[in-house]
Amino acid sequence: MDPRLITAVVVVVGVPAVLVGYIMATEQVLRIFPERLKPRIRPWLWLAPALAFLFVYLVYPTIGTAVRSLQDQLGTKWVGLNNYAWFFSDSGTLSALKNNVIWVVLLTVLTVGFGLLIAVLVDRVRYESVAKSVIFMPLAISGTAASVIWLFMFAYQPHGAAQTGTLNAVLTPVGVGPVPFMTVSNFSLNTILLVIVMTWMWTGFGMVIISAALKSINPELLEASRVDGANEWQVFRNIIFPLLTPTLAVVATTVIITALKAFDIVYVMTNGNFDTQVIANAMYQELFLNDDFGRGSAIAIVLMIAIIPVMAVNIRRFQAQEAIR
Amino acid sequence: MIQGRSHGIRIGTAVVALVLVAGACSSSATSAPTAAPATAAPASAAAAASVAGVASAAPAPSLSASAVAAAQAYAATLGKPGGSVSVLAVWGGPELAEFLAMVKPFEDATGITVNYTGTRDETAVLTTGIASGQLPDIAGLPGPAQMQQYAAAGKLQDLSTMLDMSAYTSQTPSSLVQLGTVSGKLVGVFLDVSAKGQIWYDPKIVGDLASNPPATWTDLQTLITQDKSKAQAPWCFSVASGAASGWPATDVLESFVLHTQGPDYYNNWWQGKVKWTDPGMKADWQQLGQMVAESYGGANQDLTANFANAGDPLFTTPPGCLFLHQASFITGLGAFANEQKLTDYNFFPFPAITPQYANAVEGAGDLFGAFHNTPQAAELMKYLVSSQAQTLFVAPGEFLSANKGVANYPNPMNQKLGAILSGATSFVFDASDQMPTPMQTAFYQGLLKYIQYPDQLDSILQNLDSTQASSYTTH
Repeated sequence: MDPRLITAVVVVVGVPAVLVGYIMATEQVLRIFPERLKPRIRPWLWLAPALAFLFVYLVYPTIGTAVRSLQDQLGTKWVGLNNYAWFFSDSGTLSALKNNVIWVVLLTVLTVGFGLLIAVLVDRVRYESVAKSVIFMPLAISGTAASVIWLFMFAYQPHGAAQTGTLNAVLTPVGVGPVPFMTVSNFSLNTILLVIVMTWMWTGFGMVIISAALKSINPELLEASRVDGANEWQVFRNIIFPLLTPTLAVVATTVIITALKAFDIVYVMTNGNFDTQVIANAMYQELFLNDDFGRGSAIAIVLMIAIIPVMAVNIRRFQAQEAIR
Repeated sequence: MIQGRSHGIRIGTAVVALVLVAGACSSSATSAPTAAPATAAPASAAAAASVAGVASAAPAPSLSASAVAAAQAYAATLGKPGGSVSVLAVWGGPELAEFLAMVKPFEDATGITVNYTGTRDETAVLTTGIASGQLPDIAGLPGPAQMQQYAAAGKLQDLSTMLDMSAYTSQTPSSLVQLGTVSGKLVGVFLDVSAKGQIWYDPKIVGDLASNPPATWTDLQTLITQDKSKAQAPWCFSVASGAASGWPATDVLESFVLHTQGPDYYNNWWQGKVKWTDPGMKADWQQLGQMVAESYGGANQDLTANFANAGDPLFTTPPGCLFLHQASFITGLGAFANEQKLTDYNFFPFPAITPQYANAVEGAGDLFGAFHNTPQAAELMKYLVSSQAQTLFVAPGEFLSANKGVANYPNPMNQKLGAILSGATSFVFDASDQMPTPMQTAFYQGLLKYIQYPDQLDSILQNLDSTQASSYTTH
């Protein structure tokens, strides 16, 4: 029999069986406790497997990475903070840091901005769902595939040759270019173009979330303000926007984390060459090319520390919303 | 109104589901990137994201029955322990079909099953494999530097206990035996080799140069001046190759270093004993810069066009360029694959610069080592390096053999390439492949930067010096 079939049977039958078995086992364990304590202990027993997984796959590796970041290339000697000193002095990683700042600022502004604009505009037209589907679609494409698509958009051929890249095919006949987009690092043009690829993918994400929040605003509120003589801009500025702020913050924090983690687009389109390096790709290169676990781990820790405040804000806001409910 | 609201909630739910799907897609894409190590680069254009073990993807090459019978007869003399042996390498597509056709007689004669896994990300797979202990029996190694590293970690088997050493050393050029030896133990063997630093051209444009090639670099410059009007630029030069972009330029620089400074300087250089800021080294970089300046489309084309298509402008009307510097494997890539050997394209060896180094040749190849010394692995290793198996491997015309006993190449061009390799007065291996990986990465990036900003040469070389200072010892 095909081994995959056996795996499928094991998964379909085995997993629920194990779950039911576990719950029955916890009830057996609970018998030894007095009735009064049972409701307090039960949730912890139910949570235990999830907590165990979380520890093995998240907490333990994080601690391991932090320890590794204080060791040398092969993990044999303690080197103190040398790897971090390297990170903050090497011209390559500093340029990666600078590019990540561009990624965070630009991607967030563009994604939230376009997302809000499109959500508000399509809210007023009849073909709303069609328009939203089209803009949302790129999010379903993997980063690697999107990068390949945009490599064709940005493709460059020398003067005189037929331009195969979409943008150069448009620009060249009107006398601009051909422009070798991916190699122009003046004013970080190529990094900005990479951010635009990500914006193309993520605008749909911002749009649908903001659009959903828009739908949940009570129309009576808007009607009342219009009756009171507010024009459309005032309605948007003083009613809609304040009500959308929590949603915008959620979208922004999610996008900031995405920008900090940016890897696939850079890896596929430039591999960090031509001054487009980002932290995640630098980490990949140290770990899997240079085989330097110390430096790779140090980069991972820096990246994690950069993400923690954003996560904290996100969780805070989430808890505040829960409290309102 | 109420309808509008529930509509919003439905969309919200759908969004969450889609986001999860999209997230899963993109994370699976990022977790398995296909880094092409330098030695794997030649074929990476053909299948940038080849799937592991697709043996049926390409048709098996047709091989002469007598050669197959000879290989099978040799395999019959080996032990028959049964069982299986696992092999990991970079090949996919036609190259994989040729490899599998080579091992078929072995499987038939010995009853040992060969389980092949293909990956373009050999370095990452083996690095994590060494950490976790999940290693194949036999594996293609990314390059000599990684081989040294795995051997130092005690993971590679001493092949002298697996091979018939007297047969191996008598059939293999001593320089290749030397390259596979780490502290007195043979740990790597070459299943195939390629001749780097060949100059390719279209005989219909520049005439037949094969019988009367330019003997010196000066002669070649004269030829270029004379034929200048026949193409838009003298040279084709493209260095893009995904994550390994830059390696084609390292080959060009290596040709200049080898032919200007000689093999000793060359070997000292990759061993970290010659500074990048050395005046001789800088002069060679400037030679490369000259080639870039005279290249079709200039630096922007060089940096953005894939190396596999580097030679395509040779065959356009009017031609984009007259000459292309590349290794022997280019004949299977880009427009070359659709043109006729000898009539549409031909090659001559890199011309002499310093006369006494005229016959120095740079080569590269696929190194193989064993991680487990099982009887099955030992029998397969013996078979793979034998002249009978190698004869099958070179028959389709893709590979050149490291075995001196293989002479029956399928066409005159491969015969000539094979003769260049076996007739070299001194044979050196690809320098960038032998450097420690951080040095190699910095070398690639330095060349890309130089092609883009030729005026920054001094600072680029100083940067490489500082990488050199830190990467040859652990820090």
